[in-house]
Amino acid sequence: MTTTTPPVTTQELAAKDRRRARSSEGARAERRLGWLLCAPAVIVMIAVTAYPIGYAIFLSLERYVMSAPQLTKFVGLSNYGAILNSPFWWRALWVTAVITAISVAIEFVLGMLLALLMYRTIWGRGTVRTTVLIPYGIVTVAAAFSWLYAWTPSTGYLSAAFGNAAPLTSQWQAIGVIILAEIWKTTPFMALLMMAGLSLVPEDLLKAAKVDGATAWQRFVRVMLPLMKPAILVALLFRTLDAFRIFDNIFILTSGNNGTGSVSILTYDNLFTALNLGLGSALSVLILICVAIIAVVFIKGFGTAAPGTDLGR
Amino acid sequence: MAATAATARQRSGWTIANIVAIVLALIPVVWILSLSFKTPASITDPTFFPTHWTWGNYSGILTTSTFIRPLLNSIGIGLIATLIAVVLASMAAYAVARLNFPGKQVLIGVSLLIAMFPPIALATPLFNIERALGLFNTWPGLIIPYVATGLPLGIYTLSAFFREIPWELEKAAKVDGATPAQAFLRVIAPLAAPGMVTTAILVFLFCWNEFLLAITLTATTAARTAPAAMAFFTGNSQFAVPTGSISAAAVVITIPIIIFVLFFQRRIVAGLTAGAVKG
Repeated sequence: MTTTTPPVTTQELAAKDRRRARSSEGARAERRLGWLLCAPAVIVMIAVTAYPIGYAIFLSLERYVMSAPQLTKFVGLSNYGAILNSPFWWRALWVTAVITAISVAIEFVLGMLLALLMYRTIWGRGTVRTTVLIPYGIVTVAAAFSWLYAWTPSTGYLSAAFGNAAPLTSQWQAIGVIILAEIWKTTPFMALLMMAGLSLVPEDLLKAAKVDGATAWQRFVRVMLPLMKPAILVALLFRTLDAFRIFDNIFILTSGNNGTGSVSILTYDNLFTALNLGLGSALSVLILICVAIIAVVFIKGFGTAAPGTDLGR
Repeated sequence: MAATAATARQRSGWTIANIVAIVLALIPVVWILSLSFKTPASITDPTFFPTHWTWGNYSGILTTSTFIRPLLNSIGIGLIATLIAVVLASMAAYAVARLNFPGKQVLIGVSLLIAMFPPIALATPLFNIERALGLFNTWPGLIIPYVATGLPLGIYTLSAFFREIPWELEKAAKVDGATPAQAFLRVIAPLAAPGMVTTAILVFLFCWNEFLLAITLTATTAARTAPAAMAFFTGNSQFAVPTGSISAAAVVITIPIIIFVLFFQRRIVAGLTAGAVKG
């Protein structure tokens, strides 16, 4: 077989050049339009996040207490040193980590069960989905008050159910209540994300497995879970990052007292109660670093597809 | 015969599961509702349902400006922020879904990054910046951050929706003789509308719910939103713990949510799952 190609004529070359010139003009116009359309959104996002973050890093290097602004001065990394040497920071980090780990784990299991329910229930699908969206939609603060009063001795039904207990006054019981409030609030969201994953599992595959004699459990573990893995990882990534930022529930339930404060609560206290902008900013930067670490662990470690990477097509 | 028997057993199984899910989802809501109807004297009665009913808690908070004003703030700020966010997000999502340009991935990546920010990290510098700019304790002072944090959600949801639209229909309409404007309004807009409505709902829910920025970037009822105001409620009298008032306030800010959810359940579910399903 010969591999010689017929010689390209100058006319064909000229035509190709013209086409290339035209398509890059079109491509250039498309690029400009694309950037133009995205510009307002990008400008707002950068103005509100990139600049303040840079400013926060700058503030974190200063000793700046609002009640004595004239004493503001540059102190380098001593804010970070103070934080990392402080038991309060490590306790808050520990509490945050525990709350995050436990609530995400339980939400995963319950969310999966709920997703299966919402997806495959024989009747009342609309009713279940609507009711289950209420915890998702309800204002976190409103729900937190509901739980607060429920666990307040001599006011709450839950407190009465446990013999006039006052769990919000002791550290780990309060953390348990906080975790319960978190789980109630965000399991529906987890369930919705997993339901999306469930819809990716082809019915025929499940039927074939059933025909092959697989039990429901085996069908779940061997067929559904592997196919849902990308959706599960995305859901876990979102929820973990979300859980790490926990604030609203703790603020209402305990105000962070009795050692129940998360890192966000600690930052809030330093910032708005102690009015220490330097420390507050340093804490914010540290929290950002933790969040970044979690994201990297999930994306590089577990191979979570950073959501949206296929949207760029 | 055996098939219908199995179905009946299955039905009862699913029924029980449904009921359990519904009850668990609603208990805290019913509780706060019942608390809001309890008379101040019977608050210390730990019964689930009120033994003595009163509308007093509602009339108390709905006639005081310490709650009405924040409620109006929530509505106004939420609507404006949602409007701006949806418009900007639509433009960006249209570009991402239809056009080819470098930096698309970066945009999506960066906006997701922003969605995952701990808001406290933003509250710190924004507090100082807004004080310097005179935006502290004003509506724009909350609207701008809300738009910025709502944009990632909006862009992500809308680009997933826009990707599903068959854009060739626009060309087909033009071939059939429609002007570009007609093609857009009659063919594309109706297809894009559901996605935009859903995104608007999700963004509004986010703004309505937002707490941390609301308490850090406001100081008085001039711009404080309802959830923030509730946290600092002192109630009608200095000495009574305002359980009833706060419960009534909680119910009042929850009602619009319940209505939203009832009417838009399908849309909300579609919106939240659109991004995750790679179609």
